[in-house]
Amino acid sequence: MNLLLQSRTLIPGAILTVIFAGAAIVSMFWVPYDTTVLDIANKIKSPSFAHPFGTDQFGRDILSMIMVGARTSIAVALVAVGIGMVAGVPLGLAAAARKGGLLDEFIMRMNDLVFAFPSLLIAVMITAVFGASALNAIIAIGIFNIPVFARLTRGAALSLWSRDYIMAARVAGKGSARISLEHILPNVSNLLIVQGTIQFSLGILAEAGLSYVGLGAQPPLASWGRMLADSQTMISFAPHLALFPGLAILLTVLGLNLLGDGLRDIFDPKLRRART
Amino acid sequence: MLRYFFKRLLSLALSLLAASVVIFLALEVVPGDPAAYMLGLNAQEDTLNALREQLGLNGTILERYLSWAGGLLTGDFGISYTYRTPVADMIGDRLWVSLPLALYALTLSTLIAFPAGIWAASRRGSYVDAGVMGVTQLGVAIPNFWFAMLMVLVFAINLRWFSAGGFAGWDEGFWASIKSLTLPAIALALPQASILTRVMRSSLLDTLGEDFIRTARAKGLSKGQAMWRHALRNALIPVLTIMGLQFSFLLAGAIIIENVFYLPGLGRLVFQAISARDLIVVESVVMLLVFAVIMVNFSVDLAYALVDPRLRGRR
Repeated sequence: MNLLLQSRTLIPGAILTVIFAGAAIVSMFWVPYDTTVLDIANKIKSPSFAHPFGTDQFGRDILSMIMVGARTSIAVALVAVGIGMVAGVPLGLAAAARKGGLLDEFIMRMNDLVFAFPSLLIAVMITAVFGASALNAIIAIGIFNIPVFARLTRGAALSLWSRDYIMAARVAGKGSARISLEHILPNVSNLLIVQGTIQFSLGILAEAGLSYVGLGAQPPLASWGRMLADSQTMISFAPHLALFPGLAILLTVLGLNLLGDGLRDIFDPKLRRART
Repeated sequence: MLRYFFKRLLSLALSLLAASVVIFLALEVVPGDPAAYMLGLNAQEDTLNALREQLGLNGTILERYLSWAGGLLTGDFGISYTYRTPVADMIGDRLWVSLPLALYALTLSTLIAFPAGIWAASRRGSYVDAGVMGVTQLGVAIPNFWFAMLMVLVFAINLRWFSAGGFAGWDEGFWASIKSLTLPAIALALPQASILTRVMRSSLLDTLGEDFIRTARAKGLSKGQAMWRHALRNALIPVLTIMGLQFSFLLAGAIIIENVFYLPGLGRLVFQAISARDLIVVESVVMLLVFAVIMVNFSVDLAYALVDPRLRGRR
């Protein structure tokens, strides 16, 4: 517990993250107003007691839309991080196990290649080919996460391979696949969790950006990015339409970043300074 | 140095080759025949064939790749399926919006990040440091297109200092154009400046912990003198790498920001091309941006090797 309090960022980060994750979970069972029902009589209302964040151009409750949008954002970012980890971590482990080998060389070159494509460009290409959808946004963000995790895992694993206890495991007759799974992976998992929260927050930003330009979630699926895009033409007379979805993105991303910083401080105090 | 240069040049060529193959194949799997699309439903078979021949759509996949890649090398990007004008001309016009925008944003980001990072590092642990770091936390978390919308609300709609969107055009004069790029450039620069400030600060702090700084202090230099004369230059190396990487993010990020401000840049071109299924335009813009990214990173690597001879030996 003492350790938990040492990090000034962990608690606020965790609180923000829990609020938005909670909103997403609650929205699966209950929202204040149904977001698929239009109520034109109540369109573009400013915040009031009945609608704390106001209503949009179709009379839908903004608070309810934000709760449902949280679900979209979190689902897209979570699956994208999952893709990155599931594909990237084994690649990184394999590359480190045969350092300098053909496989290592190949994996690292492929990584460089993916890095040369900004994630947004990958998304643009995927939508040009397969059309715009939340699924394609997930794939685009996920592909970009693969080299991030591969590189991180490889780097961390390489420094572990020279340790004595790995040598001992080798002498005991374990193969490199088993050593990677039983000894390397558990020891890099802290790093992976920290990077995971950071990629998660980047994923939420990316999803918002893609949905904003119409390459991500399609209507009627509620999404923070789409809400911002829809609000743009009305910003001069209904700024609240743009205010709340933007704040939701900002606070979620901020929360995840603070949480990531806090976790890193706890896992490895030495790294405290290193993050930029 | 020469050997290092040629090694990097070879890997540059390989990256470009691989990237072009990936982009070509990705768009090759799209169903549909551009010639049929251009001529409509009632086209005759022989007209279709003639157009396919003209667009270079006949032949094996390898032949088509070679003619596309060969065209790129000579500046011939093909003919747009919807506008029937050379893609190179379309891109050329748009580049004069996107490239200045990215450079403007990079300049702003540097002008903000260098002083802020140095200030925070020189007052490590103080309220200044905590304040600067807090602001950068916000800057990284804020979606830049939302920040752009808020700026439009405040500076264009309420205060009327800037127009809410559109581009004056370079014919209208340098300052008019710069003015219409100012809000977009600030929006683009904000997250990048935040990241760069953090890099600058942590790199400077690392350098300030080195032995040669202690030596400088021991021979009587003040803290400030040691920082300006010895630490700063050494701290710049990681900062330059990040700047190189950021330039590519600025070019790509401009795609979204251009949409907020209705700027006629590469980003809007790409979106118009996607909705019109004008894939050759998408293909060319993506290739151009990837080319820019690879070239910038190559130049940064070379600049390093020039600055720091130790790096030449390594990959």
